[in-house]
Amino acid sequence: MRRMMLAVGTVALCVACGGGGGGGGGDQAGGAEGGDQAAPAAAAALGTASVSGNVLFTGTAPANPAIDMAEEPACRDKHPEGPRDPEVVVTDGKLANVFVYVKSGLPAGQTFPAPSAPAVIDQDGCLYHPRVLGVMVGQPLEIRNSDPVLHNIKAVPTVNRGFNISQPQAGMTTTRTFSDPEVMVPLECNVHGWMNAFLGVVAHPFFAVSGTDGTFTIGGLPAGTYELEAWHEKFGTRTASVTVTDGGTATVEFSFAAN
Amino acid sequence: MTRAVRRSGGQVDVRALCATVLTIGLLTACPPDRLTAQDLERGKALYDKWCAGCHGETGAGDGEGAAFMLPRPRDFTRAVYQIRTTASGELPTDDDLRRVIDQGMPGTAMPGWREKLPAGDRNAVLAHIKTFSRFFQRGAPEPLDLGSAPGGGDAAVAEGRQVFEKLECFKCHGPTGRGDGTSAPTLTDDWDHPIRAADLTRAWRFNGGASVEQIYARLRTGLDGTPMPSFSDAIASNVLTEEQLWRVAQYVRSLSPEREPEVREVIRAALAAELPADVGDSAWNAVEPAYVPLVGQIVVKPRWFSPTVDGVWVQALHDGERVALRLVWHDPSRSPDPAWDEWLGRVAATMSDADGALPTAQGPDRLHVQLPPEAPAGAERPYFLGGGARAPVVLWAWSSDSDRVAEGTARGLGTFEPRSGDGTIAHSARYDEGAWQLQLVRTLAPADSTRGPRFTPGSSVPIAFLAADGSNGEGTVRGAVSAWYAIYLDVPTPTRVYVMPVVAMLVTAGLGVLVVRRAQRQRKL
Repeated sequence: MRRMMLAVGTVALCVACGGGGGGGGGDQAGGAEGGDQAAPAAAAALGTASVSGNVLFTGTAPANPAIDMAEEPACRDKHPEGPRDPEVVVTDGKLANVFVYVKSGLPAGQTFPAPSAPAVIDQDGCLYHPRVLGVMVGQPLEIRNSDPVLHNIKAVPTVNRGFNISQPQAGMTTTRTFSDPEVMVPLECNVHGWMNAFLGVVAHPFFAVSGTDGTFTIGGLPAGTYELEAWHEKFGTRTASVTVTDGGTATVEFSFAAN
Repeated sequence: MTRAVRRSGGQVDVRALCATVLTIGLLTACPPDRLTAQDLERGKALYDKWCAGCHGETGAGDGEGAAFMLPRPRDFTRAVYQIRTTASGELPTDDDLRRVIDQGMPGTAMPGWREKLPAGDRNAVLAHIKTFSRFFQRGAPEPLDLGSAPGGGDAAVAEGRQVFEKLECFKCHGPTGRGDGTSAPTLTDDWDHPIRAADLTRAWRFNGGASVEQIYARLRTGLDGTPMPSFSDAIASNVLTEEQLWRVAQYVRSLSPEREPEVREVIRAALAAELPADVGDSAWNAVEPAYVPLVGQIVVKPRWFSPTVDGVWVQALHDGERVALRLVWHDPSRSPDPAWDEWLGRVAATMSDADGALPTAQGPDRLHVQLPPEAPAGAERPYFLGGGARAPVVLWAWSSDSDRVAEGTARGLGTFEPRSGDGTIAHSARYDEGAWQLQLVRTLAPADSTRGPRFTPGSSVPIAFLAADGSNGEGTVRGAVSAWYAIYLDVPTPTRVYVMPVVAMLVTAGLGVLVVRRAQRQRKL
């Protein structure tokens, strides 16, 4: 019955909608995301070069705003020194939470398989951990709730489709993926308006986030010349060009200053 | 049949849907890429004529009128839509979009177009709207299978309330659902505009519809672009069962009256032996409230298109000497309240200052009762917006921060000449969980006849209202206003209504006795 209907449908469609028999081939395939991706080329092998570096900060770092968690004692009590929103984390002149990634320079047409291991972001003490996180296109992003309170997790991308899901219970996990590169995708909780995190979604594995000592390392690079971009939520972006050879390590320094 | 078509996968899906639609002869409902160039051209022309004024020529939600509106007109370029039957983050189906175009979005500036444009035109517009985002070039979205509602009843509603509390819905919607949760002042949409947590006691204003099924759909899909999340993942993670979520929908539905309250022009003040002592007196519970809808004041500058208060419930009583009013309205903030500073800042940053900048500090909440100086003999009444130079109005102006009622005269909206001397209005006010209650009592006929109209049992006096939410930047001009209504005082039942039947009975009985006695006497003779 259904088949007959489809046959009739196809005929009617050809006549009335003017579609050629095979028109619109692959664009409807099974609801797959990222319809603009061509048939995948052979996955590129990782290289042996790496880039490591430092993110420096000059000037006086602005004070991080205190958060009023009076309404959420379960979260507040996880911050014995009083909760603050860690927008700017500077230690001895080194800036943490900077997302560094290869912006350009990879051979055109190369694709990199997404790892099946998830990138994990946790909600603990009504803050995101980590605050800045890299994730590959297609890689599972696991979102955990370690708080005994309701969180909603809203992704507000512009290139990708967003989502807004609730996690009303501690221990709940939710997994999502992104279909296209986008630096950065903001994550937010609307129950707790102060909660913000940022995801760097890239199509390759060459990214890192600076630690509290300001350092980062990007490994597995093929030899070549790349443009690196460093992104910080308050201080914008810096770029640097770097050339690496097989087996070698290049060093790069990014410097941000107080606004 | 439609459901079967939707379930079949991928490419065939669209064709089958098309074919189905074609068989019933609605050519224009084909997906936009199947529409002819002419159809798309027509869609654009219609869109430019009817929609672009708010939604903008490029669909970015930035038309000329947009900066006066909150919530803002939809930005079509991101293809993020609140009312869908699809999962969070998915595109809406054509039927989802059609529903909003046809029926509009209650509580926003978006009207329904079903009566205004023929179906073909609406479909052409729908197709044009989809061209604003590349996302619609992807496959057709799949509606969620939502099942059907389990039986309701008191036990279901009670369970729903428990789940509502467990899920912490009150964080935004408030403990009694009036949109006054602790997170409410901080809420923003995807465009960083301030957005209200829905007042769940006003189902007739729900954007996605008032039925239990529609409420459940919103819980499952979320309202994309707003802070309202989807609870589908919580079900998938066994944190929640489908039945529990249905219970929440049933509980939420129970918070509102069955249907939108009927608006009647006349508010009846019944006669009471005794007037209620204060606003919380349980005697008010027995008095039927009249619902008076309020709308943004958009005539006199500064105009205001985004009022907080959308209606006031009015109850009235009199005891032959005094008249008592109880006014109840929902306002999620008791202004001024520091928790709402952030909200006011966002409203000020979002709304056009073409009519003058918004105040930077919160004012009080206000409620004005407006009356003519004298009960009019004919149908003529002063101008409904604060009267005019030649025909002023009397105001009973209550404000929250001093909790007092000022009596005075207005000759135009925003003007006020206070009366000197002792006030004639006794009042009591109370704020509780997102609602103000205000009782006002005055003698029917003040000794000073310039103190406002004399209320006479058996006749009516025009009455109008203004409400302002200080946390929303509102005052005596930017606010929510009503048209003129009338308050009618019941006539006390005259004593003879009770006495006459008794007299008649006694007379009848007396006459009967006389007749019987005379008959008995005649027999003896």
